[in-house]
Amino acid sequence: MEVLLSVLVGAFFAAAIYLILSKHSVRMLLGIAILGNAVNLLIFTGGRLTREVPPIIGKGLDALPPGTANPLPQALILTAIVISFSFFAFLLVLTYRAYQELGTDNTDEMRLAEPKDDPMPPLGY
Amino acid sequence: MAATTSTPVDLSAALVMTPTALADWLVVLPPALMIGLGAVLMMLRHRIRLHGPIAIAGLALLVLIDALLLWKVLAEGPVTMVMGRWLPPFGIAFSVDVFGAVMALVSAVVALAAAVAALSDISDSGLRYGFFPFLLLLMAGVSGAFLTGDIFNLYVWFEVLLISSFGLLILGSEREQIDGAMKYAVLNLLGTTFFLIAVGYLYAVFGTLNMADLVLKVRSASGAPLMTLSALFILAFAMKAAAFPVNFWLPASYHTPRITVSALFGGLLTKIGIYALLRVMVMLFPLQTEELSLVVAVVAALTMVLAALSMIAQNDLRRLAGYAVIAGIGNMMAGIAIGSVAGLSGAIFYALHSILAMTALYLVIGRAAALTGQWTLQSIGGIYARQPGFAFVSLALFFAVAGLPPFSGLWPKIVLVKASLDIGAWWLAGSILLSGFLSTIALGRVFLFAYWRPAAVPLAVPARLDWRAFGPILALVLLITGFGLFPEWPLALSQQAAGGLLDPSAYIGSVFPTGGAQ
Amino acid sequence: MNTLIFRTVAPFLTALMILFSVFVLLRGHNEPGGGFIGGLIAASAFAIYGIAYGVAAVRRAIRFHPMSIAGFGLLLSTVSGLVSVLLGVPFMTGLWIYPHLFGVEVPLSSVMTFDIGVYLVVVGAITSIALALEEKESD
Repeated sequence: MEVLLSVLVGAFFAAAIYLILSKHSVRMLLGIAILGNAVNLLIFTGGRLTREVPPIIGKGLDALPPGTANPLPQALILTAIVISFSFFAFLLVLTYRAYQELGTDNTDEMRLAEPKDDPMPPLGY
Repeated sequence: MAATTSTPVDLSAALVMTPTALADWLVVLPPALMIGLGAVLMMLRHRIRLHGPIAIAGLALLVLIDALLLWKVLAEGPVTMVMGRWLPPFGIAFSVDVFGAVMALVSAVVALAAAVAALSDISDSGLRYGFFPFLLLLMAGVSGAFLTGDIFNLYVWFEVLLISSFGLLILGSEREQIDGAMKYAVLNLLGTTFFLIAVGYLYAVFGTLNMADLVLKVRSASGAPLMTLSALFILAFAMKAAAFPVNFWLPASYHTPRITVSALFGGLLTKIGIYALLRVMVMLFPLQTEELSLVVAVVAALTMVLAALSMIAQNDLRRLAGYAVIAGIGNMMAGIAIGSVAGLSGAIFYALHSILAMTALYLVIGRAAALTGQWTLQSIGGIYARQPGFAFVSLALFFAVAGLPPFSGLWPKIVLVKASLDIGAWWLAGSILLSGFLSTIALGRVFLFAYWRPAAVPLAVPARLDWRAFGPILALVLLITGFGLFPEWPLALSQQAAGGLLDPSAYIGSVFPTGGAQ
Repeated sequence: MNTLIFRTVAPFLTALMILFSVFVLLRGHNEPGGGFIGGLIAASAFAIYGIAYGVAAVRRAIRFHPMSIAGFGLLLSTVSGLVSVLLGVPFMTGLWIYPHLFGVEVPLSSVMTFDIGVYLVVVGAITSIALALEEKESD
């Protein structure tokens, strides 16, 4: 099971990196979304996989039943999901604004902050 | 996962049973105070006149708390508090040693200076947009990152300060800002994602995230892919710290926001990458860091020399300051590459100097631009004639940034050059000196053009000194001068901090008082 | 959106979803659920209401600005962690009281107030993002 998920994580990473290498900001955004999921799946797999026993202590028990899933990676992933969700929302708005203001989604043409014809500093008085 | 038992569980095995001393609360108070005050300011979002006073009072309190914390750590050694009574490594621990405490204190001082400077720089619409809440949340992230003892928690604080920095970066929503923010956001997000990947692997290998516990587990590990982990961590933190091949987000974005925001970023954000690099690499993976030291040294030399060359080629003063930040990062990375107590203390001393000096540098540039209305070397001029006092303070700061005596930039460079000569890395020492020399040329030219050269357009009568803008600059420059004239004190602190990183037994002892991690 | 069916159903749907979000929030202590997921449900309820009646109607309905709600939630969560200073236990320790209200034992805890804070933060933050995006679409 771990092997299968590892392959899946690898496929996610490959797709994410391919998309992030694109020039277009929307594709980069999709790549970042996939990258976040790839990392979450990685942490999930890293916490080892078990079957179908949720980490919840039932009524009248003091400890977890044997063979329960590892709850810590789930907590880590929940945190990471919350964070990547908020980042994604911010980036979505930012990309939209960038498209409106700069009139392009091609990052090669986003040269407003670093103009191509920036003059050299003066060489003398 | 013990089998189910019907007897009451013995809680003392998992919980802190001794009462917590009130003084221990100093460890969690900085981030808690900043988050609480930030929340209050968010609720008072329309009462913008209240924002400044509340934030400044809060940051002054933060300076006081951090000073008390440093004093306590110096007196008693590292302090730990665990969240929710769960004993480490189960509970999230906040552990602070000399390194964390001194970095937190200097950052708080810088944030206070920036908050005062913001009073005259940030417009009403910027305040309404939430400058001060974002500032306080940024400081929550910064303090949390310096004080936490849990590596996943460190990631969370990174994200807290990153998302607040996004808010600050696009304050005003000008077109340049959106362009800069796009690059800053995407590349920094990638950097923290690399960090998260490394943390995920670390957990998969060792099954723990507490840094003190990790130190013990890494020491006794065999066959673990430590080299891969170290390389990932170095890549992630080098990206945050803006080291050479992965630093293009910094010059693309740091000149776009309001100058107070740039000052905060230039002072604090990259240094957190350096902090994480020191904390994680030097403390957790000392052997791997040693093996990778040549790579780090080459990166460091390239970072500082190329950044100093870029400083000379800049016309816009803010972009010049951005490259000055990167040149400093090269010096700190050199200290990490050297790896001895001397090298690490040089890096830590340089980080303290850089936090103060870079914030002051941006504020000085902002002041110069406010006096003349110009940002570029081609058109700026006549400041000396207009405000000689400000010109003297600026010159002192330029000396400090370039590393000339008698200011604080000199001593860490001496320590670093000597440490690199001690290990026979003459080329590293040479590049530190070359980078300092090039920075001197660049900053000297700034003084020549912006201060001595008569203004192209005659300026009005000598401007009145605005103390809200000039006061923070003066305070920071006085601190820098003090560091330069009396270097024993910061140097001793840096050495103690470096010693604590190289031999973290006191740090581990504060997390596991009984000695057993099992 | 101007379909009659949607505009008729939206208020009921919103009310039901907010009720359900509170249920999920309170259930979260011992079973799956909690502040984050409850907050998301409530935020989507407001988003639906916004699609049906426009952003201004949502802003009127929730009375406070979403960011103020988020700020209050953040403050509530922080204070829930700080309460434990009074009892000499570390930050964020769960503290419980069991008052009897109308003959029923009601377990209250700082964990619950923390979770309510999380709920409010999520409701405030996500609603303000959703409303900002919906405002953009309409103009």
